[in-house]
Amino acid sequence: MTKTTHPFDLIILGAGPAGLAAAIYAARASLATLVIDESSPGGQVKTTHQVANYPGFIEAIPGYELAGNMRKQAERFGTKFELAAEIAAIDLAGREKWVKVDDVTYTTKYVIIATGSSPRLLDVPGEQEYKGQGISYCATCDGEFYKDKEVLVVGGGNSAMEESLLLLQFVKSITVIHQFDTLQAEKITADKIKANPKVDILWSHEPRKFDKKDDKMLTVVENLKTKELITLERDGVFIFAGMVPNTSLFKNTPLQLSEQGYIITNEKMETNLEGVYAVGDVRVKKYRQITIAVSDGTIAALEIIQKN
Amino acid sequence: MLQTALPTLKNKEELKELIDSSEKAVVCCGRMGPMCIPVYDILEVYREKYPDIQFRNMDFDTTDAAAIKSLPECRTFQGLPFTVYYRNGKVVKATSSIQTAKQIKDIISEVLA
Repeated sequence: MTKTTHPFDLIILGAGPAGLAAAIYAARASLATLVIDESSPGGQVKTTHQVANYPGFIEAIPGYELAGNMRKQAERFGTKFELAAEIAAIDLAGREKWVKVDDVTYTTKYVIIATGSSPRLLDVPGEQEYKGQGISYCATCDGEFYKDKEVLVVGGGNSAMEESLLLLQFVKSITVIHQFDTLQAEKITADKIKANPKVDILWSHEPRKFDKKDDKMLTVVENLKTKELITLERDGVFIFAGMVPNTSLFKNTPLQLSEQGYIITNEKMETNLEGVYAVGDVRVKKYRQITIAVSDGTIAALEIIQKN
Repeated sequence: MLQTALPTLKNKEELKELIDSSEKAVVCCGRMGPMCIPVYDILEVYREKYPDIQFRNMDFDTTDAAAIKSLPECRTFQGLPFTVYYRNGKVVKATSSIQTAKQIKDIISEVLA
């Protein structure tokens, strides 16, 4: 049986910097504010080693610390948190919106969507099965497990190339698998990778399957031009295939999304649904930075505060 | 050094004491990287949601972390963190690399319910 809680003035989905900035403003304006996150507060900031460009910090601040401070500040003004929460259902269409977490239903007139983005999974057989046992998403974390070994890197953007530069400190060789004929990374990084004798690049290829034989990873890759399939045997695979917006929760809602799945808003952060706003990396925008996320959250909160 | 709200096991003696004295325990052995921090934070949240389970972390770079690294269940692991679930002194599950809150919750339901 569902237990309905006391309604909130504002529910924020996502506890990254955009959501937390909105919470700080809203709670400080005495709006009963609930922040729901499927993980813990901080978003991508909490896992950023050092943040050097956030105004007000002369020395770089660890991302974990900055994220923690944002959370504490939101709590100080009375924000409630529902963390490590699995949202079972959501309704954004009516005047009263509701969000169901386990057997609890929260209601509100205003929702701010601040769900951010996550690393893209390839959605290829074997990817989840071998995560952490041959497949990795972090060179800093796992590079040393591949000392003097041969690895594949999937991706050709900035993250893939920067992580590859880190990996080169450990590995014997890197084969880059990239879907295009040119790297999308910044030229200076791309040139360093291309010039390194430990690196070779397989252009216009994509992985189709991962498997393991003894301690080796077997990766079936497809030549996108000829459709030929080949199997590459390496000690490990690192995947850096970009980011995707966290909007799968809204698939069956009338929320308007772009072709890439980002939420469309106006300058006030309003979506096409009355009372629903979107802020931070989840919305359509050109630049994705902490400062911009904070700005988005602030704007949305101020818009809602004015209506209350 | 781990700088999280989750209590940190300082050595293998503390790990042994935890396993021997707790019916249910979860130990996350890692560093302060992007795959580890989310797991520590989720376990910190779960300390309140599952008061009958002891949640700890352990620094992967300490010598005594060998007590986790050398477990047969962790032999093939190549991704941080190593998260080990104990019940009545025995390993009932172990995972490598980042886990979502749902994945951890599902494991708890499976082996520590």
